[in-house]
Amino acid sequence: MAPVLEVRGLQKRFGGVTAVADAALDLREGELLSIIGPNGAGKTTLFNLVSGLDRPDAGSVRLFGQDVTGAAPERLAGLGLARTFQHGRVFGNLSVLDNVLVGAHARLRAVRPSVPVLGPLLELALAAIRPGAVRAEEAALREDAMRIISLFGERLMPRLDHPAFSLSYANRRRVEIGRALALHPRLLLLDEPTAGMNETETAEMQGVVAELKRSGLTILLIEHKLEMVMRLSDRVIVMDNGRRIAEGLPQAVRHDPAVIEAYLGHREAGMARAPAQGTVA
Amino acid sequence: MSGAWFDYTVNGFVIGNIYALLAVGLALIYGVANLVNFAHGSVYVVGAYTGWAAITYLDTPLPVTLLCVIAVSALVGVGIERIGLRPLHGSSRIAPLLATIGIALVLDQVLQLLFTPDPRAVPMQVPEWRVAIGGGTIGALDLLIAGIGMISAVVLYSFLRFTKLGWAVRATAQDSDAAQQMGVDVNRVNMAVFAIASALSGVSGVLVGMYYNQISTAMSFEATLKGIVALIIGGLGNVPGAIAGSLILGLTESYGIALFGTSYRNLFAFVLLIAMLVWRPNGLFAARRSLPPEPMTGTFIARSRPVAVPRWAVAAMIAVAALLPLLDQPYLLQIGANSLMYAMLALSLTLVAGTVGQVSLGHAALLAIGGYASGLLAMDAGWPVALAIPAAGLVTAALGTLLVFPAFRLTGHYVSIATLGIGEIVALVILNWTGLTRGAIGLGGIPPLEVFGIDLGSVEGTYWLCLAVLVLLALLQLRLLRSHLGRTWRAIRDDPVAARSYGVSGDRYKALAFGFGGFAAGISGAITAHAYSYINHETFGASISILALTMVILGGLGNVLGAVLGATLLIALPEAFRFLAEYRILIYGIVLLLLIRFRPQGLMGTV
Amino acid sequence: MSALLRLEGINSFYGPVQVHFDLNLAVEAGQIVCLLGGNASGKSTTMKTVLGLQRPGSGRVWFDGAEITGLPTPQVIRRGIGSVPEARRLFPAMTVRENLLMGAYARSDRAAIAADEERVLGLFPRLRERLGQRAGTMSGGEQQMLAMARALMGRPKLICMDEPTMGLSPLFVDRVLELIQAINREGVTVFMVEQNASLALGIAHYGYVLQTGRIALQGPAGELLRDPRIRDAYLGGTARDGGDAG
Repeated sequence: MAPVLEVRGLQKRFGGVTAVADAALDLREGELLSIIGPNGAGKTTLFNLVSGLDRPDAGSVRLFGQDVTGAAPERLAGLGLARTFQHGRVFGNLSVLDNVLVGAHARLRAVRPSVPVLGPLLELALAAIRPGAVRAEEAALREDAMRIISLFGERLMPRLDHPAFSLSYANRRRVEIGRALALHPRLLLLDEPTAGMNETETAEMQGVVAELKRSGLTILLIEHKLEMVMRLSDRVIVMDNGRRIAEGLPQAVRHDPAVIEAYLGHREAGMARAPAQGTVA
Repeated sequence: MSGAWFDYTVNGFVIGNIYALLAVGLALIYGVANLVNFAHGSVYVVGAYTGWAAITYLDTPLPVTLLCVIAVSALVGVGIERIGLRPLHGSSRIAPLLATIGIALVLDQVLQLLFTPDPRAVPMQVPEWRVAIGGGTIGALDLLIAGIGMISAVVLYSFLRFTKLGWAVRATAQDSDAAQQMGVDVNRVNMAVFAIASALSGVSGVLVGMYYNQISTAMSFEATLKGIVALIIGGLGNVPGAIAGSLILGLTESYGIALFGTSYRNLFAFVLLIAMLVWRPNGLFAARRSLPPEPMTGTFIARSRPVAVPRWAVAAMIAVAALLPLLDQPYLLQIGANSLMYAMLALSLTLVAGTVGQVSLGHAALLAIGGYASGLLAMDAGWPVALAIPAAGLVTAALGTLLVFPAFRLTGHYVSIATLGIGEIVALVILNWTGLTRGAIGLGGIPPLEVFGIDLGSVEGTYWLCLAVLVLLALLQLRLLRSHLGRTWRAIRDDPVAARSYGVSGDRYKALAFGFGGFAAGISGAITAHAYSYINHETFGASISILALTMVILGGLGNVLGAVLGATLLIALPEAFRFLAEYRILIYGIVLLLLIRFRPQGLMGTV
Repeated sequence: MSALLRLEGINSFYGPVQVHFDLNLAVEAGQIVCLLGGNASGKSTTMKTVLGLQRPGSGRVWFDGAEITGLPTPQVIRRGIGSVPEARRLFPAMTVRENLLMGAYARSDRAAIAADEERVLGLFPRLRERLGQRAGTMSGGEQQMLAMARALMGRPKLICMDEPTMGLSPLFVDRVLELIQAINREGVTVFMVEQNASLALGIAHYGYVLQTGRIALQGPAGELLRDPRIRDAYLGGTARDGGDAG
């Protein structure tokens, strides 16, 4: 069976800086793969390349066996890829419920007939007339959205119709993940889901992600809180300066000297950085 | 023949120099403040009138005239920065742009009150000789303008390159955070730039007055537009580019006039503008980049929760409005019908600018398309009025969407500039497509309103028809906003990138918004045409676009009820205070400025 | 004795998120002091607070015996603080020389500026060869040097450096560290934010480790360098469980 995600030789330069150099990864169905690395390692750029927000200078991305290198994000969403953003890009003036419902946009069928040319006009007409099928679809989406929001317990439920700008940072991150789940993704990209959260909130989020993993969802995770990474991941990739410097099982990666060096720097100033040989395959 | 071409070249070069004085200032301001200054043309008119007043009342010689112009214009520029823009630091993205529009309205109106709208002749302070060169001629004034243009360029270059403040200006334009960390007081830099830019603009104004031997308060809008076109050709924020762009624009216009006639002059400018925005949004001289730079970051519209109005209250308001004709006050009804027609336009604009975040500055063009479509269908094709009006709505929806389609990939200020340009193009096509539109003569004798044989030409009839149509359109819009389209549109406005990541195609939903909005505006234009029985290319001018925007902001961007309220207030209140009639535009401008500063969410709240 | 720079009880916020919790730290005159910490620990916000780019919710900032809390950035700079911002933030379309002179913007002593230009170019000979080149066209390492040289042109008592080694090749990292030491030897106090703990502590006199907005560790650089807890601060609290190899 083809891997869910297959990245080969991916490169991206900004001006003179190489943000991602020769990135490669395979993600199998039901797997949770974490990408860790210091600031500026190229993790988010890699996410942007995979999710279509940026075009790579070289390399290829295959999603569910299809070549999607440089494909538009709209198309990837249609294929079942959902992502969250590093700083939590919620729709500030939309309510919590509406934010999650926008996540389900790619699943709209009844109100978005796939008719060439006339499709948009039909969509406008259906939105105004609202025949039974459209009403049923919307009701089902709302029910599903409520189910997703309830994953976060009482955090979001009492705030269903609050605009997202009025939420705490942690709640915005929850809304973002809820929005991603509403797409019913086959692959979920999480960019630092616990950034800006305290310990309790982090533990809660860890529970949510663990639950998603148990349900069989394939997840690619960027995270700085290594404890969470260690507990959740099947495999870990370590990036530094746009390259993969290590890959392997969580515990093995954690004790890899190259990884420790990437985070802490090499011990003595004046010594050139050790090449990344000691990687655990 | 070659002599004529020589003259056209000289003329294009002189006009280009005048544009350059405008555009260079716009480029400087864009550089340090990330802002397209829509009040720039108003300062140009301030300069023109200052020069006129100095010569007329004080009999100043040319150098003193210029000094007076520079001093007054610079002072106005400082005022714009200090009072109009600095307090808006940290507010929503469109606030400063809207503020410059408000300032422009205020300045234009103050000038009109001081000097009356009648054109004035600027006394010629330059000897009237001309030298013949190869069949063409060059006059002293041509040389003076070219000279001042070039001297200004050299002085500006020296200022930027050799003075400390000039360095601070360049540093701020490149990275204002870093400039602050070098000890640069960015506020002072902004103020200096506004002073310099405004002085140049003022000088440009007085030179134009001498060149055409006439000034009027109406020239401000066109000056702003031409400056912006030159700026876009050269690339936003690019000072040498602005000069080159101005010369290109001046020569293009001049040769265009030579080939096609005077009425085509502006058409060339705006077609050039749209072509640039579509194909080279970074200007002729920029290296190709994948995306135009985002002019401003932050929240697009002010955050607020809309005021909740219970259904029974809305129903009661509709009932009261429906019963208004029973009072038998024809004058009141006339105002009422007018308000309702504007409300339809505001409905359309609040959807496009508020809900979807595409701040259109050319919305009146949709009225024009609707008005002409319905008028021509009724007059030339003999359609019944009741059929022509909805058909005109559909024509406007289709044509309007098609026209702005190239602008869909633009963001922020670029959208406003593009829609402004498209609006002007529509007016100019109407003026020049004589075969269809009767050109400057306009459409006269448009049949009165009538539905299935029932004459609605009376004041009551018009009023009731407008009310019925408005209520229908508003309810339809509310219904759409409550469907998946509402959240999808607002998602595109709040974060287009995140929206795309969830499968929302920006083009498709912007097109739907412009389509529905175009329909509403087209109907409004059509009803207006039949109610007035005469329209021409100036009936639906840019000032109506700005007025509609003020209404929408007053009501609260995206707020349907707010749009109706905003339109009613802005049309009805000035009538209630009739003694204020001549201050009307001034009041609009002040209302706009106060709103942006103190209540950006409008009366009813943004949605 | 009084420190050149002191932060007292700083609580700062980024939107709804609290970044600093009662942060206290001091930079002694003549030293190199580094502020370490992982991603999102609040390091950069500390720098912004010192430079007046961000106002703290509460707490006070003292520099050179006077309070500078809430002063606008240009005035902070005029009091004798130089800044080497994160990602360098040069003026890309200006030449190397113009960038240098922008560093002296807050000064008006022309003759001394010219002398300082010579002195700084002596420290950074590589820049002398490129005086007429546009800053934006230089390599990352050269840009970092220019950013440091530019800050020196203001003749600061204190230089604040935000991640000076970020994104540099190992060769340039070492060169930059040497230069920081050279600057310090000339009598300029250095306050640097770094993610790369070992490198920073290798040249610093004193260090602070920031963890989610609180000072988790502090001490003389030599001691911190040997302290196993610093690794925990970066790699998560339970690194010891796995039987770490130091």
